Amino acid sequence: MIDMTSHPPVADPVLDVNNLSLEFADRDKVTYALDAVSFSVGEGEIVSLVGESGCGKSVTAMTIMGLLPKHGARVTSGSALLRGRDLLQTSEREMRRIRGDRIGMIFQDPMTSLNPVHTVGMQISETIRKHRRVSRGAAEKRALEMLDLVRIPDAASRLGAYPHELSGGMRQRVMIAMALACDPELLIADEPTTALDVTVQAQVLDLIADLRRDIGMSVILITHDLGVVAGVADRMMVMYAGRIVEQGPTEKLFADPAHGYTAGLMRSLPGVNARMRDELREIPGSVPRLDRKIEGCVFAPRCEFSSEVCLAPLPQAQERAQGHWTRCIHASAVCEAMSDNDIVRAWA
Amino acid sequence: MSVYDQVSATRGRHDGRISAAAGYLTANPATAICFGVLLLFVLMAVFAPLIAGDPVKIDPAQRLTGPSASAYWGRDHLGRDVFARAVYGSRMSLLVGFSVAAIATVFGVAIGIYAGMSRIGGAIAMRLVDAMMAIPAILLAIAFAALMDAGILTVIIAISIPEIPRMVRLVRSVVLGVRQQPYVAAAISIGTGGLPLVWRHILPNTLGPVLVQATYACASAIITSAVLSFLGVGTSPEVPSWGGMMADARSFFRIHPELMVYPGVLLSLLVLVVNVLGDRLSDALDPRKMVRGSV
Amino acid sequence: MLGYVLGRLLAAIPIFILVAIFIFSLVHLTPGDPAVLLAGDNANPQQVEKIRERLHLDEPLIVQFGIWAGNALQFDLGESIYSNKPVTQLIAQRIEPTFVLAAVTLFLTVAIAVPLGVIAAWRANGWIDRGIMAFAVLGFSVPVFVIAYLLVYFFAVSLRWFPVQGYKPLSNGLLTTLHSVTLPSIALALVFAALIARVTRAAMLEALSENFTRTARAKGLGTFRILVIHALKSAGIPVITVIGIGFATLVGGVVVTESVFNIPGIGRLTVDAITRRDYPVVQGVILFFSALLILINLLIDLSYALFDPRVKG
Repeated sequence: MIDMTSHPPVADPVLDVNNLSLEFADRDKVTYALDAVSFSVGEGEIVSLVGESGCGKSVTAMTIMGLLPKHGARVTSGSALLRGRDLLQTSEREMRRIRGDRIGMIFQDPMTSLNPVHTVGMQISETIRKHRRVSRGAAEKRALEMLDLVRIPDAASRLGAYPHELSGGMRQRVMIAMALACDPELLIADEPTTALDVTVQAQVLDLIADLRRDIGMSVILITHDLGVVAGVADRMMVMYAGRIVEQGPTEKLFADPAHGYTAGLMRSLPGVNARMRDELREIPGSVPRLDRKIEGCVFAPRCEFSSEVCLAPLPQAQERAQGHWTRCIHASAVCEAMSDNDIVRAWA
Repeated sequence: MSVYDQVSATRGRHDGRISAAAGYLTANPATAICFGVLLLFVLMAVFAPLIAGDPVKIDPAQRLTGPSASAYWGRDHLGRDVFARAVYGSRMSLLVGFSVAAIATVFGVAIGIYAGMSRIGGAIAMRLVDAMMAIPAILLAIAFAALMDAGILTVIIAISIPEIPRMVRLVRSVVLGVRQQPYVAAAISIGTGGLPLVWRHILPNTLGPVLVQATYACASAIITSAVLSFLGVGTSPEVPSWGGMMADARSFFRIHPELMVYPGVLLSLLVLVVNVLGDRLSDALDPRKMVRGSV
Repeated sequence: MLGYVLGRLLAAIPIFILVAIFIFSLVHLTPGDPAVLLAGDNANPQQVEKIRERLHLDEPLIVQFGIWAGNALQFDLGESIYSNKPVTQLIAQRIEPTFVLAAVTLFLTVAIAVPLGVIAAWRANGWIDRGIMAFAVLGFSVPVFVIAYLLVYFFAVSLRWFPVQGYKPLSNGLLTTLHSVTLPSIALALVFAALIARVTRAAMLEALSENFTRTARAKGLGTFRILVIHALKSAGIPVITVIGIGFATLVGGVVVTESVFNIPGIGRLTVDAITRRDYPVVQGVILFFSALLILINLLIDLSYALFDPRVKG
């Protein structure tokens, strides 16, 4: 049964992920990679999926795209509705029509995500020709428009360029151009700036934010970098060990974190003010192994706010404020403890 | 962690890798079967006199006769016992195969390590290797075997010569790779050099790939020696060899194809099990691609 | 690009010189006096001396090499001791069957091996993959003359579809020629294909695990396009390289196959020359084949730029 109350409702969502659970089954061991992941993406919205590496952000994206290997990965419950159509129940054949057309995706490493032996123009126009019945010339014209759109200077001469002839930032722009060539409703950006230089990171993020406005698409921005989230995301979802532990408007979560893990993340942010480095704190312990089902709060063993009750079967996510949901029992205590935290205030 | 800890940890890893490989090999039934078949061939070669009769005795009265109690697989065009020749023929194949593998390994590893350690020597050695590899191996072996006096030693040398450059190239590439490793760079930076460096760090790393390449060299040598005998440029025709038996059978192929089948099947089976063992070894140790060749 | 080509050409020259030295010393350092051998059993010392002079066998080795190499550069490889014909003429006369055999084999090989390797990688670790790889290791292990006789037995002796042996020159028409080289080409191709299918599979597996393959899937591309346009093209270099390496194997195979099928090509010429100790022919033929291999590998080096735009001068 789909639990309709586990995440903030969004009016007329582009994507609505409900209660998604997934396991990886190896020959002799099972990894419970996603546990009841639920979230929605509204029209024209940038939502960010935040968490440490291995927490299930990319797995969530790959599941939505239907790109996980057939053998080994098994969805055990849930749905992912794209405008009401369940992607998890869609055949591979149908998914091929959706991927690249209705959902675009870009990846972390633009160096290796483009095929080194084909020109940039070919790689963009083949996407167009896959999804639209257009001539080669029309596809190339569209590819050129896209390169212009992602602000690649001298776009006409870049159509014939090979990926190795472009800089990292340019390549990521090409990836974006490719992902948006068919006007998708949704762009999934998996760590799009992680492999880029800091100055280029900001440009690429600005580009994504601007294109969202111009084209009107929705964006899922996957990142481990809270700085990226703070910059562009309307809402954020914090993921830990395969679960979304807290989600809500970005400012709200920065100002008023209501989960032990979110609080920990905020505290480990370097302050904008150098004097604050004394308060820079790491989260003790390490991420739990996911080879068995965890009934209670996954973060409890590392959480400074945890108590006995946290180990009992997990309560439903609770709404703290409009659109701000947390799975933490001690949410109030977390909020109180964080209320005088300068770093959070500085970032917010 | 000190350099020494790192070094010993790495060495431990090697031992672990080899023993893990051994475990992997013995756990697989196909591998066990191949080992078994190879062992049977070796036993056949060693105990040939106990298994079969005289492989060289000519008996024109019984030429091309069918199977009998004295000759299980019949007799050839000179009345020789085909079964006996087939059994003794394994000696030739195994001797050549193992000797070539050993020679290619010893020379290949020595020259390869030198080529990997010395800049100028390496450059010269690699030009020589390139040149050697530009000459088709079979032609080189045929020409050498034919121009020298016929004999098993000539055959072994003739086949080893083109095998060595392949091994050199492989070993050198491993050495160059290992030298880039941080723990080896660290060992060099604290003054470890020369033989101790080679002995402790370089040689153990070449072990796996060399073992695999030696297995392939063995398989390839068995084929090449059969080719030499088949073309009549190997050992003298009296010495039983599978290639020679097939050459003898050519003229009677239409009426007595079985004379071709016995040595052909034995030869293919032996090469097959050696190749499969090489593949399993390669899978178990390292997916690195090997330079190989055969006809 | 021109610089790249020139550089490659220049790099091939010392290799070629070394090859010439190897071949020369191989023939001249072996025991036995070719002059005595040539003159035959009944010859008197004067006749032997005459032959020795004619072939410059009385000169120091280094001078002999100089003469031989100098002539070789002018495409003069000397004369056959046996037939007294120029070696280049002998090679030219026999090049057609060998060329046809090699070309048909290469075509069959690529047509068999590359699709098999691609399919095996696509279905990695499934039963199709296992089947293809089992076929490959078998192809590796069964010597070419065993395969050849197997084919002859079934398709020539039993079914009579193809001739048991012999070669019909191109002057009889292309189809006749192809018919006569079908069995030898298949025998050779099976061995060669085994090697190339394995390498194609390995290179494809690597390409399929690359991030750009994930991108291609995320764009919604179909299996065929991902396999062929994206993965196979980027796997092109290792595949084409092993085709080059395989040429050395192919030459050896040609020698054996021509012998089995009694095809009057350069392979037969080589075996005949070796058994007759016809030194100039042996030298000439090996030099010819080596030059061919160097040339082919040079062309393959140059073709890298077709597969990978990052390879440039």
